[in-house]
Amino acid sequence: MSSSRSPLHLAVALDGAGWHPAAWREPVSRPGELLTAAYWADLVTEAEHGLLDFVTIEDALGLQSSSPTEPDGRTDQVRGRLDAVLIAARIAPLTRHIGIVPTVVATHTEPFHISKAIATLDYVSTGRAGVRVQVTARQNEAAHFGRRTLPPFRIEDYRTPAGQELVTDLFEEAADYVEVVRRLWDSWEDDAEIRDIATGRFIDRDKLHYIDFESGRFSVKGPSITPRPPQGQPIVSALAHATVPYRLVARAADLGYVTPHDAEQARAIVEEIRTEQTAAGRGDETVHVFGDLVVFLDDDPAAAEARRERLDALAGHPYTGDARIFTGTPAELADLLLELSEAGLSGFRLRPAVVGHDLPAITRGLVPELQRRGAFRRAYEADTLRGLLGLTHPANRYATTA
Amino acid sequence: MSKPLKQIHLAAHFPGVNNTTVWSDPEAGSHIEFSSFAHFARTAERARFDFLFLAEGLRLREQGGHIYDLDVVGRPDTFTVLAALAAVTEHLGLTGTINSTFNEPYEVARQFASLDHLSGGRAAWNVVTSWDAFTGENFRRGGFLPQEERYSRAKEFLATANELFDSWRGDEVVADRAGGTFLNDAKAGAFVHHGQHFDIEGQFNVPRSPQGRPVIFQAGDSEEGREFAASGADAIFSRYSTLKEGQAFYTDVKARLARYGRRSDQLLILPAATFVLGDTDAEAEEHAREVRRLQVSGATAIKHLEFVWNRDLSAYDPDGPLPDIDPDLGEHTVARGRAQVRMYRDPLATAREWRERAAANKWSIRDLVIETGSRQAFVGSPATVAATINDFVQADASDGFILVPHITPGGLDTFADKVVPLLQERGVHRTEYEGTTLRDHLGLAHPDARTPADRVAS
Ligand SMILES: Cc1cc2nc3c(=O)[nH]c(=O)nc-3n(C[C@H](O)[C@H](O)[C@H](O)COP(=O)(O)O)c2cc1C
Repeated sequence: MSSSRSPLHLAVALDGAGWHPAAWREPVSRPGELLTAAYWADLVTEAEHGLLDFVTIEDALGLQSSSPTEPDGRTDQVRGRLDAVLIAARIAPLTRHIGIVPTVVATHTEPFHISKAIATLDYVSTGRAGVRVQVTARQNEAAHFGRRTLPPFRIEDYRTPAGQELVTDLFEEAADYVEVVRRLWDSWEDDAEIRDIATGRFIDRDKLHYIDFESGRFSVKGPSITPRPPQGQPIVSALAHATVPYRLVARAADLGYVTPHDAEQARAIVEEIRTEQTAAGRGDETVHVFGDLVVFLDDDPAAAEARRERLDALAGHPYTGDARIFTGTPAELADLLLELSEAGLSGFRLRPAVVGHDLPAITRGLVPELQRRGAFRRAYEADTLRGLLGLTHPANRYATTA
Repeated sequence: MSKPLKQIHLAAHFPGVNNTTVWSDPEAGSHIEFSSFAHFARTAERARFDFLFLAEGLRLREQGGHIYDLDVVGRPDTFTVLAALAAVTEHLGLTGTINSTFNEPYEVARQFASLDHLSGGRAAWNVVTSWDAFTGENFRRGGFLPQEERYSRAKEFLATANELFDSWRGDEVVADRAGGTFLNDAKAGAFVHHGQHFDIEGQFNVPRSPQGRPVIFQAGDSEEGREFAASGADAIFSRYSTLKEGQAFYTDVKARLARYGRRSDQLLILPAATFVLGDTDAEAEEHAREVRRLQVSGATAIKHLEFVWNRDLSAYDPDGPLPDIDPDLGEHTVARGRAQVRMYRDPLATAREWRERAAANKWSIRDLVIETGSRQAFVGSPATVAATINDFVQADASDGFILVPHITPGGLDTFADKVVPLLQERGVHRTEYEGTTLRDHLGLAHPDARTPADRVAS
């Protein structure tokens, strides 16, 4: 029965000690080591052990906060983090198969720098790089750069015309950003390096291209200083909760993370993204839509429930967030994932509530369960992230020669 | 009584975009694949070098309106390579060139602090201030700066980055599970900087790293560049690798330190130096001549002349005499994105001198470029090279060298296997790393006296 369905893709979202704000207080957590290479190496090795497609690494240009729009001054939760691209690069040589997808912030960083950083991540991981593009409307983060001011924005403002205008502007900028980054990746043809001893030419400069990107927001000449990366185009992904960000996914990404709370919602979101995708002229391209879920996993469902309650009590309030929170056994989670996948999701990004506990529960509990049902790989069948996700090597938009 | 012997600091520069790399050699490998960097870094670490060095360029060079294609073209991103190298080495310092004109302090400080954490205290930053509107075309907001503002921005950039590094004392992360206190100070990382170039405030989000601050290098050569180094750098990456020029530079820069209340051992002078080894001195000399001719093809020689002449000289025969026309003194339009262009500050005088030398020695254009551009600092048998390097350092021409092999990535192997043991025998190069951080290797104080272990109580 289930063996006929296309296998699920699975990723985990890594962030500090886990997604529950009190995760760091669990005995299994290593809160004093969150800024060490050894900590991240252990996590990604565990994820690879579970044959997962990729890990994402969260990031932001300000201290973590319990408020979505401003700093909170709290000292009872994990604060302080390292640059996600550098964490990704640090762990890449320690793994062989798993994709590595750091977060970058399009609002304040330069696309030229990010393009070469992610291209280089693709080189150091031999074809396993991706990127998660994120925008920020936080005023405090803008003040860290001092180059632009953003209007005050609270979550209640989201539906107001001013709020929509700001959000639309930030996401359109992100779409331009991705376009610049992708053009830079293509600005060298794959075979531009020729080392032609007879003529003394190291490259065939006709295979390098100025991108000449001009929009109201960016003006970038190119070409990149880094040759086209092994995957041609590393995977571009984005988290999306509403129409404006769905449009970014549909226009610019290879993969979107969405947060449906049931199958019906998942179906509606996928449909909306597909409609936007067609409108953007990408109807025939594969754009993966992954469901995001926060997970508390235990073999005994009561234990998962008790853990969640214990952490909520430590935090002082029940944990809620953008994504559905799953509490239960690996078998129950497998049921849910298969049900959601029927609604059109091609994979899932699981956010471990407590990394030290729920990541191994995913790799050693959920994965074997899905394998038993014929819904997950039993070995890595490709060496690149594109390969794992069933995406082909993209043609270079500038290539003139056949 | 004689002075105690100075310890020699050695580093390795992974050759990037330059005309030193002989990419046509059958032994030349990739300059992009990570395996090349890993090989190079492991060799440097095996030889107990202080650090590995990466240069940076942010726009592909052009000549006559076309992308320059005769040298190695293209390079990976500095931070990303260094972070990955931290995974395949344990002690080696990781030095990256990062431009202060096309970046922002918050982001660069975060990247260096992150690299320092992820490498256990091995990060260093070579602060460069180049370039111009040509490079600025790749950046949306970075733009570019007039010559006179580059160092004022660089100085403020570094000062601001230091404020960010220092915004965490190092003892704030207590991670007390039972008590539920992660940070003992809600204001950790708070900073305010209102200056001429940067108007920023907030909270830095990377806690203090093992070295407190990365080691700071400077690589400019102008008057402002030297002052900038004297005021705030830990080391200079210089271009003077002959004994006399090296001594002059060394004396000049070290003398500037007192003005900033610094001791002469607080700034190391490390010139870039190429080398060619052979079993005997004669064999090395012979090999060096071949390497030079491979580095300077006829086409390369013509292009090199164009840096000075600022004219299209493609009609000239590289095996013929120098052009008798004078350089075009207008704005430099022929070669763009090249450091060499600004090295020749008086093109008329340079052209005159070159014509005279070529005529006197019966040199062709190519001979002239080979002779004047010659940068093989150390040529000889391992014994000769070890002795020369030691003599240079003991005679205060430098505190050590940043070696630039002409083959990627294997060009350091022979040096590591044959020259380093001789330096170790003389007692001027470590046989084991004594410390763990780059500051330890370079003998530089940690800006924060507390040890990393004290900082993070778990
Ligand atoms: C040995 C040496 C190495 C350099 N490496 C770089 C480099 O990798 N990237 C770069 O943009 N500039 C590099 N530069 C250029 C200088 O940093 C640049 O000339 C300087 O910042 C401009 O200052 P100045 O006018 O004081 O020379 C280097 C300079 C020297 C002397």
